Amino acid sequence: MSALIRTQDLTKTYTVGEVQVRALQGVTLDIERGSFVAIMGASGSGKSTLMNILGCLDRPSSGHYWLDAVSVEGLDRDQLAEIRNQKIGFVFQNFNLLPRMTAMENVQLPLLYRSGSSNDFDERARSVLALVELAGREQSLPTQLSGGQQQRVAIARALINDPQIVLADEPTGQLDSRTSDDIMRIFQALNQTHGITIVVVTHAAEVAGFAQRIITFCDGRIIDDIANTPNKAREPVVCEAGKEAIR
Amino acid sequence: MRSVISSTRIAFRALEVNKVRSMLTMLGIVIGVAAVIATAAIGSGAKQRIEQQIASIGSNMIIVIPGSLTSSGLRMGTGNAVTLSESDARELTAQCPDVLIATPVVRGGAQVVYENSNWATLIFGTTPGFLQVRDLSIADGSPFSQQDVDSGNKVALLGKTVATNLFGDLDPVGRSVRIKKVPFTVIGVLAPKGQTMTGQDQDDLILLPLSTAKRKVIGIKSANADAVDTIMMQAKSGNRIQAAQDEASALLRQRHHLGPAEDDDFSIRNMEEIFAAQEASSRILSVMLAAVASVSLVVGGIGIMNIMLVSVRERTREIGLRQAVGAKTRNILTQFLVEAVGLSVAGGGVGILLGVVASAVISRLAHWNTVVSVGAVLLSVFFSAMVGISFGYYPARKAAYLDPIEALRSD
Repeated sequence: MSALIRTQDLTKTYTVGEVQVRALQGVTLDIERGSFVAIMGASGSGKSTLMNILGCLDRPSSGHYWLDAVSVEGLDRDQLAEIRNQKIGFVFQNFNLLPRMTAMENVQLPLLYRSGSSNDFDERARSVLALVELAGREQSLPTQLSGGQQQRVAIARALINDPQIVLADEPTGQLDSRTSDDIMRIFQALNQTHGITIVVVTHAAEVAGFAQRIITFCDGRIIDDIANTPNKAREPVVCEAGKEAIR
Repeated sequence: MRSVISSTRIAFRALEVNKVRSMLTMLGIVIGVAAVIATAAIGSGAKQRIEQQIASIGSNMIIVIPGSLTSSGLRMGTGNAVTLSESDARELTAQCPDVLIATPVVRGGAQVVYENSNWATLIFGTTPGFLQVRDLSIADGSPFSQQDVDSGNKVALLGKTVATNLFGDLDPVGRSVRIKKVPFTVIGVLAPKGQTMTGQDQDDLILLPLSTAKRKVIGIKSANADAVDTIMMQAKSGNRIQAAQDEASALLRQRHHLGPAEDDDFSIRNMEEIFAAQEASSRILSVMLAAVASVSLVVGGIGIMNIMLVSVRERTREIGLRQAVGAKTRNILTQFLVEAVGLSVAGGGVGILLGVVASAVISRLAHWNTVVSVGAVLLSVFFSAMVGISFGYYPARKAAYLDPIEALRSD
């Protein structure tokens, strides 16, 4: 069985004014089904750029990317949207819940854009909300929920279409450490009991500590890729390279 | 289908959140549509009034009047020559298949006296056919007959206005009035017809037998005792009016011995032509209102575009999120188009109500006839939807093609 995510020599170059920023400089990476991976690195290390490419929100400047054995290159906007809808669940740092919608409606949002119809919307939404321990809060508006609860609604939203992978970009960045641990434990449970593949981008070692594998980025390259025993905090790998990213 | 329903729900929720803004945005469309409705109501009201007018004067009526007279190089207006005759009228009835009846008419003014009251009115000397051509009916008494015309009997039919002014509450039938000192017996009173659009009282007249009128009241105007002022005809049906006019023209040219190079010494008009001028003036008003309406619709459309651009900017992050969870280009496009169309159609709805109210007010204050037609309402709904689509498209497209990463990053 091939890896769920396989990239080969991915590069991404942005042009900011007259300066070329090489955010990714040849990233080759396999992520297996059912794994729980943390991607670490300082800001500007290229981890968010990789996340955007893995999430089919952005395209690499060069290199190859297969998601679920399908090459993503050459797909148009709408085909990428379809893949995001069917195969990927996103969790963002700032939750990105729609403020005027209830938890239930927020969770159901991806179903609106799903091709093919199904009528068990409410039942599905209820079951994923239960999965993130929010049963009973279906009709709450985001403003009536705490930060941790909002992020759990966002996780439920990421799960509603039974994705192949959940991509979380700094999911605990706006939460205090206790809530942050709660959220990470939910990811861990989803990974262990439901076999969902999870990739978390973070700069915090204690967050990365929940993952089984920790990949560290520096200046657009992978500088460290190790297996991790969850729940044990470890010293972060120090990025020693200079300001290579900006030329 | 589901996506359309959900787009609609999303769109209306968005409009609901910014109630005041949404209502102000609609204002341009409201005014535009109200103007369209009022325009159409005034236009079709005027048309309806003209049609009623034509019907009241006489259905399918055609008037033949003499041509202009050139006297020592001085050209007089149409109708001054005396070229038509009683026999022309007889032959028109007899020979033209599309002319149902032609009736000769002489006209003049006279003072009418009954005991102590007197009244100046218009005298028509004619034949019994006149009642049919002008669509007149007798309210009281009976009409005069061909026998009265042939014998020159001194009998008169009074218009309602004349009867009221001379007799008040008395029944005029059987009483005697004096017209230019000649006593006439009133044999009937005409049913009232009201005013014409120009305010002329159609009931202020007296009908006399043609021969009596010529000899006793109006006088014989030319050497030819057979001459009459006008001939009024009725065509067989509404769609035979032109045919009847053509036949009458050919016959009269032949009877008047006009060569191919000579101009007609008469002119023939029908009611549609006569009222066309009045219709034209109401049309000018319609065109002006339509111009106001279209300017207002365009301004309203620009307002919608403006507010939609603001809305897209405000909700950039929402758009980014929707794209991230799988919204395709057309989903976002539909969402914002529905919102724009929702605004314009809601504005259109309010505009229709306002237009109906405005029509009623115009009707009341200016005494114009207004008719709000279903067609105008449907047209307004269509127009406002079109405004929404055409002015909402650019902002919606802009939203649909946002870069999801940029959109998610915005605040």
